Amino acid sequence: MDYSQFLAMKQEIGLLVVFLLVFLYDTFASARAAGATGWVAVGLFAIFTLFGFCPTVSEPAEAFAGMYSTNAVMATIKNILNVGTLIIMIQAITWAKQDAVAIRRGEFYEMVLLTLFGMYLMISSRHFLLFVIGLETASLPLAAMVAFDKHRYESREAAVKYILTAVFSSAIFLMGLSFVYGLTGSLYFDRIGIAVAEGGLSLMLIVAIAFVMGGIGFKLSLVPFHLWTADVYQGAPTPVTSYLSVISKGAAAMAFLIVLCQVFAAAYADVWEWMLYALIILTITIGNLFAMRQKNMKRFLAFSSISQAGYIMLGIMSCSELGTAALMYYVLVYIFSNLAAFGVIGAIENNTGCVSMEDYNGLYRTNPRLAFTMMLAMFSLAGIPPFAGFFSKFFIFTSAISQGSVAIYVLVLIALINTIISLYYYLLVVKAMYISQEQGPVATFRSSGSERFALWVCVAGILGLGIVSCFYNSLLGIAGV
Amino acid sequence: MFSNILIYFVVIPLLMLGGLALCRNIKQIRAVAVAGSLALLALSVYLLVDYLGLRAAGATEPMLYTDSWSWFPTLGINLAVGVDGISIAMLILSAVILLTGSFASWKINPCPKDFFLWLVLLSTGVFGFFISIDLFTMFMFYEVALIPMYLLIGVWGSGNKNYSAMKLTLMLMGGSAFLMLGLIGIYYQGGHTWNLLQIAQSNSIAPDWQRFLFPMTFVGFGVLGAMFPFHTWSPDGHASAPTAVSMLHAGVLMKLGGYGCFRVAIYTMPQAAEELSWIFLILTGISVVYGAFSACVQTDLKYINAYSSVSHCGLVLFAILMLNTTAMTGAIMQMLSHGLMTALFFALIGFIYGRTHTRDITKMGGLMQIMPYLSVCYVIAGMASLGLPGLSGFVAEMTIFVGSFEHADTFHRFFTILACCSIVITAVYILRVVGKLLFGPVQDDHHRSLTDAEWWERTSTITLIVCVAAIGCFPNFFESLIRYTFSPEIFAVIGMN
Repeated sequence: MDYSQFLAMKQEIGLLVVFLLVFLYDTFASARAAGATGWVAVGLFAIFTLFGFCPTVSEPAEAFAGMYSTNAVMATIKNILNVGTLIIMIQAITWAKQDAVAIRRGEFYEMVLLTLFGMYLMISSRHFLLFVIGLETASLPLAAMVAFDKHRYESREAAVKYILTAVFSSAIFLMGLSFVYGLTGSLYFDRIGIAVAEGGLSLMLIVAIAFVMGGIGFKLSLVPFHLWTADVYQGAPTPVTSYLSVISKGAAAMAFLIVLCQVFAAAYADVWEWMLYALIILTITIGNLFAMRQKNMKRFLAFSSISQAGYIMLGIMSCSELGTAALMYYVLVYIFSNLAAFGVIGAIENNTGCVSMEDYNGLYRTNPRLAFTMMLAMFSLAGIPPFAGFFSKFFIFTSAISQGSVAIYVLVLIALINTIISLYYYLLVVKAMYISQEQGPVATFRSSGSERFALWVCVAGILGLGIVSCFYNSLLGIAGV
Repeated sequence: MFSNILIYFVVIPLLMLGGLALCRNIKQIRAVAVAGSLALLALSVYLLVDYLGLRAAGATEPMLYTDSWSWFPTLGINLAVGVDGISIAMLILSAVILLTGSFASWKINPCPKDFFLWLVLLSTGVFGFFISIDLFTMFMFYEVALIPMYLLIGVWGSGNKNYSAMKLTLMLMGGSAFLMLGLIGIYYQGGHTWNLLQIAQSNSIAPDWQRFLFPMTFVGFGVLGAMFPFHTWSPDGHASAPTAVSMLHAGVLMKLGGYGCFRVAIYTMPQAAEELSWIFLILTGISVVYGAFSACVQTDLKYINAYSSVSHCGLVLFAILMLNTTAMTGAIMQMLSHGLMTALFFALIGFIYGRTHTRDITKMGGLMQIMPYLSVCYVIAGMASLGLPGLSGFVAEMTIFVGSFEHADTFHRFFTILACCSIVITAVYILRVVGKLLFGPVQDDHHRSLTDAEWWERTSTITLIVCVAAIGCFPNFFESLIRYTFSPEIFAVIGMN
């Protein structure tokens, strides 16, 4: 075996190195030095994130007889996920200092890195075997992370729900793969693609694709595979929730794009276009309708992120380079907006223990900066200019409509009407913070330096990613438009 | 980039935002607000003079001061600016209303700094919208102008403000959802460009697509223009908004709707406009009459004026849909006239409400004895509204109806006559309020101790009255403003004269 093949996996190797260093530090550091585990992990991961932007990383490469490959698009989506993970790691520092968590804080950072490694494999695999390994690596440690507050009932319950649905959806996914193998005789992406194009339409193919979509749809929490989402988001510790809602979702979206648009590209018009069409409408609408009724901020953002996943899927709908660029950009903007929201929720939870929407009444009077950040996040998620969310929504709609059929106009119109519903519930948060005059808003507090730093980064992203056009322009260039 | 004069219409509000953020007390805030809006007014007047000079020197392009800076080149999105006479008229209107609105909110409470920050953000959107000729940028500024309304009404409003703010925001954003789809459609069908002038001049959108995209864009902007049946946000929103916001919203933001209907929907898709104008003529015709009738039965001053705005703004859209130069000229004049006059109304209502703490006309009376200055101003505003010659309302409505009557068919004539009836109804509700509110017996003895207008209130109202009278006295000026907008290559397709 030619071991130099491993050099093709620059980002994966780099991530493993970071993981090992963090693991060794966490294991062997003295009790005093262990307090800095979080910062060590952040520092190492920051260096690794910078490394991801080196030009050599994005060169196309292939390894292991074509099971693994990387190119500029994949390297970019990994970089985007790195940036998001870095912000989450910084946000988690204050949370990890709490007594109940401190003793296990190393494990949190290690599992974050490990699941990220699994997501890398999902994105870069060209063979379904490697893909499944990536999917499981990305799923199972997450269950442990969800159960991190193991003495809290909700956290345990969430973990059980998560692991059961994860295993179940994996089983469905594998069932789908076995159909695919039976139809095409291979698990290599390119050979499946050729075989699907030659084999034409069959009932088996429809079932196979439906099962595969179901498996990945679970990770993305598309309706009707979303039922775990709200409980898990509510029960998990806030940093884990934010990790689940942005990084895990972003990676799954990219994997979904690759599986549908490359492996099953030939079955686009016959099979999965209308499936995706229905999934998008269901996801956006049901996510929105349930989000309106939530009183707990984390449940609220769970449903909001379900509907956001529907918008992300619009990037797949056109199956073009434009769509790929729009999807990457949407994920990037979504990471910053959602992390800003979760950053505020985390800061308030760490300082006061409040997570219900009523606790946000009058927040502007006591903590104006946090309220302002939250408002920016809400506006960005709702797609209000000049914040980045407006640009990402506009571009994802533009990319979807490039496909050109009347049906797609109808789909975009439904999505647009849904943005109004989403605006309603995002404004409810703004209303609570700015307008409601309840007695006894949460007391004024000063959030920790790490929390503030992470929020500043998110605010800079929300304000800058759209207006400063070079981000989207370079993504368009990378996607090859 | 900064060599183009138009860009300063966005730069100055942005500087104002920066300045306001640094302010420490109310005096500094007022200074920044007044200085900034004066600068904008001066800039827009200079632009007008310069524009007329260029036209006199023989410039015949449809838009002047055009410039374009690449933003998202792969998608063809540019920061493209350019103005013609209509845009300049709108810029001046916005600057006047921002200035008078700043004076009208001299003593805004609580959080004056936040109030002015949102107000200036709103006007950034307004100015940006009027200078843009790139559909993407235009739409972006359009939405920037909408969202601050939510907080402005929700925090500083009165009455049922939560409901009104949410209703207004959701309805307007609902309109912009249709609009966004329409604009993306125009981009793909109009030759992959967002530039208004290029789309209009190439006229390359296929008729079938026009029939689909025209209603999208027209309804999208029409919601903001308070077109029936999408007008219901307007009375609630205006009634709950604080004074300056009502002024800016009825005075300027509703004009965004009319301007957008003309500039985007009709400009880029004239064939569909001609074919489908009858549907929207019926709707706007209903707006005109229904708004006026509704105003007759209201007892809240702000509701009266809000329904009157529905009626008058309906007339703007009505005139635009007539698709001839005379009626269009009237539409532009009506936009200016209504903007100034309604701002004056809302300012006066705000000042009266600030004193009497009620807007119910059954609980007030005889204000002419108590606050003669404000009452006289109210009479002037009323006269302008019901179309007294010498004031702006008369010339605008006259031009509109003359233009509308140029159509010889029964359908157009019928609706013209119907819309004409609104003048009479306007007289009914204006005179009813004037009689009841100003000349009746004093209803509440506490009112006798109230004071007349302060200097900042006088500044605000006099500025507006001067503008209203100026339009009424020099109407022929407008014909030269909009002459080149209807350039032959754009409107030849529908045989518009």
